[in-house]
Amino acid sequence: MSERQITLEVLRYRPESESEPVFQSYSVPCQEEWVVLDALNYIKDNLDRTLSYRWSCHMAVCGSCGMVINDNPMLSCKAFLRDLPDHIRVEPLHNFPIERDLMVELDDFMDKLKSVKPYLIPDQPVAEEDGTYRQSSAQLKKYKPFAMCINCMACYSVCPQYGLNEGFVGPAALALAHRYNVDSRDQGRRAREDVVASNTGIWECTFVGACSEVCPKNVDPAAAIQQTKIASTVDYFKDLLMPGKRDKSGNAKQAAGDGA
Amino acid sequence: MEIIKTDIAIIGAGAAGLSAAIAIAETDPTLNISLISKVYPMRSHTCAAEGGAAGVSKPEDSLDKHFDDTVSGGDWLCDQDAVEWFVEQAPKELARIERWGCPWSRDEEGNVAVRPFGGMKVERTWYAADKTGFHILHTLFQTSLQYPSIQRFDEYYSTDLIVSDGRCQGVTAIEMRSGQLKAFAAKCVIIATGGAGRVFPFTTNGAIKTGDGMAMAYRAGVPLKDMEFVQYHPTGLPGTGILMTEGCRGEGGLLVNKDGYRYLQDYGLGPPDPWPRNKAMELGPRDILSQAFWHEQQKGRTIKTPHGDVIHMDMRHLGEVLINERLPFVRDLALSYLGIDMVHEPVPVRPVIHYTMGGIDTDRQARTPLDGLFAAGECACVSINGSNRLGSNSLTECLVFGREAGKSVIDRITTMSDADTTLVKQQRDKSQSEMADLFMRENTGESVSGLRREMNDTMESGAGIYRSADSLNETCATIASLRERFNAVTLEDKSNVFNTDLIQALELKSMIEVAQAMAHSARRRDESRGSHQRLDFTERDDDNFLKHTLAGYRGADAPSIDYRAVVITKSQPAKRVYGGAKS
Ligand SMILES: Cc1cc2nc3c(=O)[nH]c(=O)nc-3n(C[C@H](O)[C@H](O)[C@H](O)COP(=O)(O)OP(=O)(O)OC[C@H]3O[C@@H](n4cnc5c(N)ncnc54)[C@H](O)[C@@H]3O)c2cc1C
Ligand code: SF4
Ligand code: FES
Repeated sequence: MSERQITLEVLRYRPESESEPVFQSYSVPCQEEWVVLDALNYIKDNLDRTLSYRWSCHMAVCGSCGMVINDNPMLSCKAFLRDLPDHIRVEPLHNFPIERDLMVELDDFMDKLKSVKPYLIPDQPVAEEDGTYRQSSAQLKKYKPFAMCINCMACYSVCPQYGLNEGFVGPAALALAHRYNVDSRDQGRRAREDVVASNTGIWECTFVGACSEVCPKNVDPAAAIQQTKIASTVDYFKDLLMPGKRDKSGNAKQAAGDGA
Repeated sequence: MEIIKTDIAIIGAGAAGLSAAIAIAETDPTLNISLISKVYPMRSHTCAAEGGAAGVSKPEDSLDKHFDDTVSGGDWLCDQDAVEWFVEQAPKELARIERWGCPWSRDEEGNVAVRPFGGMKVERTWYAADKTGFHILHTLFQTSLQYPSIQRFDEYYSTDLIVSDGRCQGVTAIEMRSGQLKAFAAKCVIIATGGAGRVFPFTTNGAIKTGDGMAMAYRAGVPLKDMEFVQYHPTGLPGTGILMTEGCRGEGGLLVNKDGYRYLQDYGLGPPDPWPRNKAMELGPRDILSQAFWHEQQKGRTIKTPHGDVIHMDMRHLGEVLINERLPFVRDLALSYLGIDMVHEPVPVRPVIHYTMGGIDTDRQARTPLDGLFAAGECACVSINGSNRLGSNSLTECLVFGREAGKSVIDRITTMSDADTTLVKQQRDKSQSEMADLFMRENTGESVSGLRREMNDTMESGAGIYRSADSLNETCATIASLRERFNAVTLEDKSNVFNTDLIQALELKSMIEVAQAMAHSARRRDESRGSHQRLDFTERDDDNFLKHTLAGYRGADAPSIDYRAVVITKSQPAKRVYGGAKS
């Protein structure tokens, strides 16, 4: 285990005593196999008990440790020192109000997540008590990648639209709406459309694709938004051409409920 | 607003807390629920569970078989009435979350697939690739968003229960973003705060698993049951403790020592079939596998690494296609954190603290002995896990008993009067002044991180896989002095907004109290059973110890230790049999 002295320049902000954020440097003796979170924990335990940040799982699955590390939004528990220089700058995620130090305010995302109705809305729920839906592995594959989102907020941190217009529902929430829309057990697309296809939904996205590039879980929110746009456009024309020819869920008839 | 009036306060928003909340919201939407969590619900450690959740689903399986596996897996320390109820409810709850959208992996017919797991006679572990807990948690959380009666208090840290007139009347909690102490005046309270693995230094448990709820109930006079039983998982990554799910072995992974020898055949688990035989070899139960590692280590047959001794888990023969389909997450974890690709190399692993079998004393209906207080999930001890939990029973336990807690609350609340708000206010003010003392204390040189390190070290050295009276005496003594020294602990951070120095101090207080209950319970159990192995009492002793330990809080003193008989309905204690010999 080789040791490496690393300088961490960490953005500090304590709203009770500072009017604006400032950088503070720490020199940390690190093990080569550490991640940035280990270095932060070293600071917290040995150098400065006043540093605040979120973390829990240390295995890239709880989504709480998202930060901007040398300009890239990353999970600090999966940002390996072996891939980073000896001088590392750590900032809170961009595009969010800073609450303190590396912690940003998530209220807006939590509201948006709820607004897209991220739960199954079936037309015909399974009839028998204790029964389950059938779903083929192929049907599962269609939505599974979009169900991998850990809500780490890296995508919001780089989304130019979210930066400009905070009303924008944003990549992760739209990806989750899509996750349910394409689940064979769900027919709730119409119910979600109010938000998803509104003027703060998918049409705001200018398809820069930065969200998908930074996503640590390969969720590809940009693809989700693109696919939703296509589906909504098809709906729109169908409505014009054949009013009333869709089922009430908003899915084209033949696509709905197969396998349910 | 310092006092928040609510019908029900639920502390914890992991699988257990969310299940309870939804069960109540579905049944009676007029009941107001305050769901309190020190992290956002989706950060709860349920998200880390990988392998799966057990529930009978195959025609060749039966409730009796699940019952037998669980009871013998727990070395007959399980309450059998509770296990009967559990195995019966298990498939229903797993089906329920399927209907809520959980992305379970499927078989060719489109039914939910099952995989083998350690100590289980038949394949009955439902899985969502190797991120089962993550999907269960997000399914529950997202489903909960449709119920307006569930009001969330995210990033509120609960400090104490409010108890008076023989009942629980609420809970105090710090709103972390402001630092203000609030009090919830509630008719009923459910604790669902998860386990306490962080008491030990090397663990699969996330930073939040500090036993807060156990400590709160304990201080309020509710006994902690069977705390000496702490599970080591046999396959954690050295250094980080990141879990390699039992699903690896369920799919056919092999454990070999430094000579490439499948050593488990030397510990009564053979014969070493080339394929995974249920309840044999690599699919033996966790306690026996972790103990076998210890013996191999004594014999010098483990492999030395800078992060301690390891053995190898070999999955190369499974092939890349199967690994990518069923174990993609752990493949990535081993590759990223260790630089080992399981497709091409064996993965070094070692036993790691994983799960607390013990917890808040509850009955089959998730009720604690304190009126108005309920508990479910890993923080509770029902007890279905006895002295050794079988892998994949725990996620199911959270669903079954989370719902059960919800149902029991609904039954109880109809005749429950409102909490006494004057009293709640008094309690809040008292807690506030205690917190102020901690803030004002002049620097004494005792720091949170320093004490935590000492606690971790003494638990590992004295209360690990193998224990003895001597090692436990030493640990008990150290913990007593740590509790004393905690009274001098000082905060460096004196601010209000997200003061994580303060939160970690309070978490440390919980952990030291829980650690003390563990060490004393272990010290008094002069036998070896399941995960509790004593070098000085190597046999199971049913005459004296077929009973639950109850640790009672006694202020600054060491806990009182009492016992209660185990409930036996249909399975008389017998010898645990694994391997091909009998099954
Ligand atoms: C790596 C890993 C893998 C696992 N794999 C499996 C598996 O494959 N199958 C299986 O069955 N089991 C598995 N387990 C065990 C299982 O995941 C846990 O036992 C279970 O998820 C616990 O759920 P819970 O709801 O009780 O608690 P958690 O999910 O831990 O939630 C606890 C909640 O309580 C809250 N809380 C705690 N303290 C406070 C406080 N002071 N104030 C306010 N809120 C508080 C937290 O914020 C959180 O919301 C695994 C465990 C680990 C660690
Ligand atoms: S989509 Fe990806 S980047 Fe965005 S929150 Fe989810 S996991 Fe994070
Ligand atoms: S600590 Fe959980 S994702 Fe990094």
